Amino acid sequence: MSTKGIVKGIISNLVTVEADGPVMQNEIAYIQLGDTKLMSEVLKITGNHAFVQVFESTRGLQVGDKVEFTGHMLEVTLGPGLLSKNYDGLQNDLNKLTGIFLNRGEYNFPLDKKTLWHFVPLASPGDVVEAGSWLGQVEENHQPHKIMVPFAFEGTYTVKSVAKEGEYTIMDTIAVVTDADGKDIKLNMIQKWPVKKAINIHSEKPRPFKLLETGVRIIDTVNPIVEGGTGFIPGPFGTGKTVLQHAISRQAEADIVVIAACGERANEVVEIFVEFPRLDDPHTGRKLMERTIIIANTSNMPVASREASVYTAMTISEYYRAMGLRVLMMADSTSRWAQALREMSNRMEELPGQDAFPMDLSAIIANFYSRAGYVYLKNGETGSITFIGTVSPAGGNLKEPVTEGTKKAARCFYALEQSRADHKRYPAVNPIDSYSKYIEYPEFESYISEVISPQWTSLVNDMKTILQRGKEVNEQINILGDDGVPVDYHVTFWKSEVIDFTILQQDAFDKVDAVTSLERQHYMLNLVMDICNADFEFAGFVDVMDYFKRVINVLKQMNYSAFQSPEFNAYETDLKNILAEKTI
Amino acid sequence: METKAFQKIYTKITRITKATCSLRATGVGNEELATVDGKLAQVVKIQGDEVTLQVFSGTEGIPTNAEVVFLKKSPTLKVGEQLAGRFFNSFGEPIDGGPVVEGEEREIGGPSVNPVRRKQPSELIATGIAGIDLNNTLVSGQKIPFFADPDQPFNQVMATVALRAQTDKIILGGMGLTNDDYLYFKNTFSNAGALNRIISFVNTTEDPPVERLLIPDMVLTAAEYFAVDKNERVLVLLTDMTSYADALSIVSNRMDQIPSKDSMPGSLYSDLAKIYEKAVQFPEGGSITIIAVTTLSGGDITHSIPDNTGYITEGQLFLRRDSDIGKVIVDPFRSLSRLKQLVIGKKTREDHPQVMNAAVRLYADAANAKTKLENGFDLTDYDERALAYAKDYAEHLMAIDVNLNTDQMLDVAWDLFGKHFTSTEVNIRQDLVDKYWRK
Repeated sequence: MSTKGIVKGIISNLVTVEADGPVMQNEIAYIQLGDTKLMSEVLKITGNHAFVQVFESTRGLQVGDKVEFTGHMLEVTLGPGLLSKNYDGLQNDLNKLTGIFLNRGEYNFPLDKKTLWHFVPLASPGDVVEAGSWLGQVEENHQPHKIMVPFAFEGTYTVKSVAKEGEYTIMDTIAVVTDADGKDIKLNMIQKWPVKKAINIHSEKPRPFKLLETGVRIIDTVNPIVEGGTGFIPGPFGTGKTVLQHAISRQAEADIVVIAACGERANEVVEIFVEFPRLDDPHTGRKLMERTIIIANTSNMPVASREASVYTAMTISEYYRAMGLRVLMMADSTSRWAQALREMSNRMEELPGQDAFPMDLSAIIANFYSRAGYVYLKNGETGSITFIGTVSPAGGNLKEPVTEGTKKAARCFYALEQSRADHKRYPAVNPIDSYSKYIEYPEFESYISEVISPQWTSLVNDMKTILQRGKEVNEQINILGDDGVPVDYHVTFWKSEVIDFTILQQDAFDKVDAVTSLERQHYMLNLVMDICNADFEFAGFVDVMDYFKRVINVLKQMNYSAFQSPEFNAYETDLKNILAEKTI
Repeated sequence: METKAFQKIYTKITRITKATCSLRATGVGNEELATVDGKLAQVVKIQGDEVTLQVFSGTEGIPTNAEVVFLKKSPTLKVGEQLAGRFFNSFGEPIDGGPVVEGEEREIGGPSVNPVRRKQPSELIATGIAGIDLNNTLVSGQKIPFFADPDQPFNQVMATVALRAQTDKIILGGMGLTNDDYLYFKNTFSNAGALNRIISFVNTTEDPPVERLLIPDMVLTAAEYFAVDKNERVLVLLTDMTSYADALSIVSNRMDQIPSKDSMPGSLYSDLAKIYEKAVQFPEGGSITIIAVTTLSGGDITHSIPDNTGYITEGQLFLRRDSDIGKVIVDPFRSLSRLKQLVIGKKTREDHPQVMNAAVRLYADAANAKTKLENGFDLTDYDERALAYAKDYAEHLMAIDVNLNTDQMLDVAWDLFGKHFTSTEVNIRQDLVDKYWRK
């Protein structure tokens, strides 16, 4: 018999429940309020009192209301049919909810029980299997969706029978396995998993090394992220976090994209709802929505399920990784999740850490980022979760707890900068403060010299040096005046501007410029670096500016033209002519 | 509030603080309303049989034997067409001497719209002000605040925007409004002959501060009635959200909560988001657009209130006095409308996005030139031209007294480019230059 309880106290969404039996930390409980049931999670237990956070508004709740404990933690349901869905933080299918408004207490089953899937067996009777072993596969939006032995299974099992190739629903039995004691267990296509626990069914987790192409030059060329890598984008409001994140999720070369819209604007999620079914995946030509799952807990949706939303998204990502797929997970924004933790910790009257955040905040963040990664599955296949989170630092100050905690955990840092945004230099990623630790990995370097060129890394390094030098020179010019420095200084500064305008800046709203292939990035970097390595002769500093503005103008026109199209080639000829005027 | 026969009356208050009082009571629901000594109060905490009530107008003069009556409901507003043209206080009671509004009684602070039931905003709101329409185009269903110091004419600009915009209803939520500003809005709207489409909920500086916490929910409940039930386009004006946040911090302080940054409650972000996220465009045509005011202290936008607001709203508008022309302009650097991408170049002329960016970039060049000038350096010919351009740009486009349609604004911008620069200096896509450059 399951444990029952009654409500004893209410402060906002923290409810004290007197329980009549055993209660588990993080157990899910339902509170009966009139005809509806409110879902809640146990946060703390003292004696027979459980403190639960309710995922919905507690308006009207009374002392004496009945509570039912479920005996399990917050779980997600995993199976074919997750793709293209729009879920809330607790995995309710938003499209199935009736009415314009989100009525509390309305929960639904996240998958479709009636859809028929074409099942192809991969295992045979007699095979010895364990958690995560592939039993068969169905095709989900043109991707192979593996049906696996539930992750919760411990030890090894023997396959007794597997269903024949054919059409099945997710509820139909597709395999029977026998455990060590000789007991038969029937399996269908779905399984459940508690979101707070990482799914660890891989054999090895090596350092990631494969470049993940995003089409964003300031990432791919300057500070690349890799398949299975982690990165974060902090930035004050208005610096283009969301535009950059949407660009990555549209363009990245991933099989599955999971987007957790965590405590941010509803209209931004609506933008994904509207655009993704319409836009093409640049790599496969299919619609973007086909590879995307959206977990939406926007800022006006219940705060308590904000935390759940990122874990739900990560668990779904891990599920697809276990099928040997490349998953990209984005969370916007992890600060809102941290704030939800703060609100709860505050109500529980825990001693606060810095800025009133809970003391273990950075441990929670580090633990979450560690669930991403590139893995070798036990059958030798590989899979990856690349995780990019945004951070919304209070007051744009990067010395706050969420940014600092994340900096310790994530390997790529894309610092969005107010002054670049003010000058409309988008994406406003500061090229000098930002970094990618992956550049230093020898595994990455050997990979990149194979897919791009052996000179690539040193070329990128040279470019960064010029940017750095340009910044220093610019400061000197500002102090000493245009004519207070040698003409050479102006040339150095304007070379860095050529890099800035051509490579770093990218128009996310222009059809051509928005996404740049690796081949094109390589071509443009060579072109720009040839200019930067050339020697020029000028009579005075005024000429330098006028001349480089012309150079930049032509390079920008190239960026707006299709790669190696007649216009592109014509502008390149123009460029050669301009360069011939002044180079020595 | 009349007492009904079956209601139990409590007369033993066990604890009184500045804003709350506690008593022993049973059968009480969370967030339920009550009257304490005739004053309206709301349940904020229940611990066993001890119930804590927040008294909106403060606890001054409440004795321990005061009558406490629970009303068995949370705060509500009666909605109907009759709301139009009326003025109310924080509790939804008329303050214009008119009759009480009859209509369907709705709980305020209701649930959020399911995101999949929203439509992507796509209707431009024209204001005639180039600082807004050209650089920071507003879209229906958007939420955007003015970030302004108290001495800036934000209420005037907001009233102008409200009256010029094509909307069915304008709902004003005044929080901590001075009596003078309240009368300003009243007179401006009535002089424009627009009173019949305006509804106001006002808490002035004369009223208790905690009462104003009800204002946004009252306003938005009325707004949802017109937008959902009547498919109308509703424009909500909220001024001043800083007063609202201050009231939040007063309450949280009195509830012994641990303050986070700037003594604001840790839940500030969620509290503000719940209000601003009511802005919505429905597929059936109804919409709620929110224009708010967040007053700053000395232009500091890193303070918790503007900072959290900036992360929630879809952009922000800054006003600034331009010393070159002696007029107030909409600051082209710091202002931003996030939804403009949905309409510019689509609902407006194709050259809009590029012209807008080029114009601001050139204005930035002028700002650099000005710094050089202030530091005593010689200016180049380009610097001189940029400065001349900046003055024209402020005067003919950015000033808040400009009233043009977008095509005219774009034409003015091309005129200014042609007057001060060569076509290679503006960095605009060649096909647009070919088409629009003034020869």
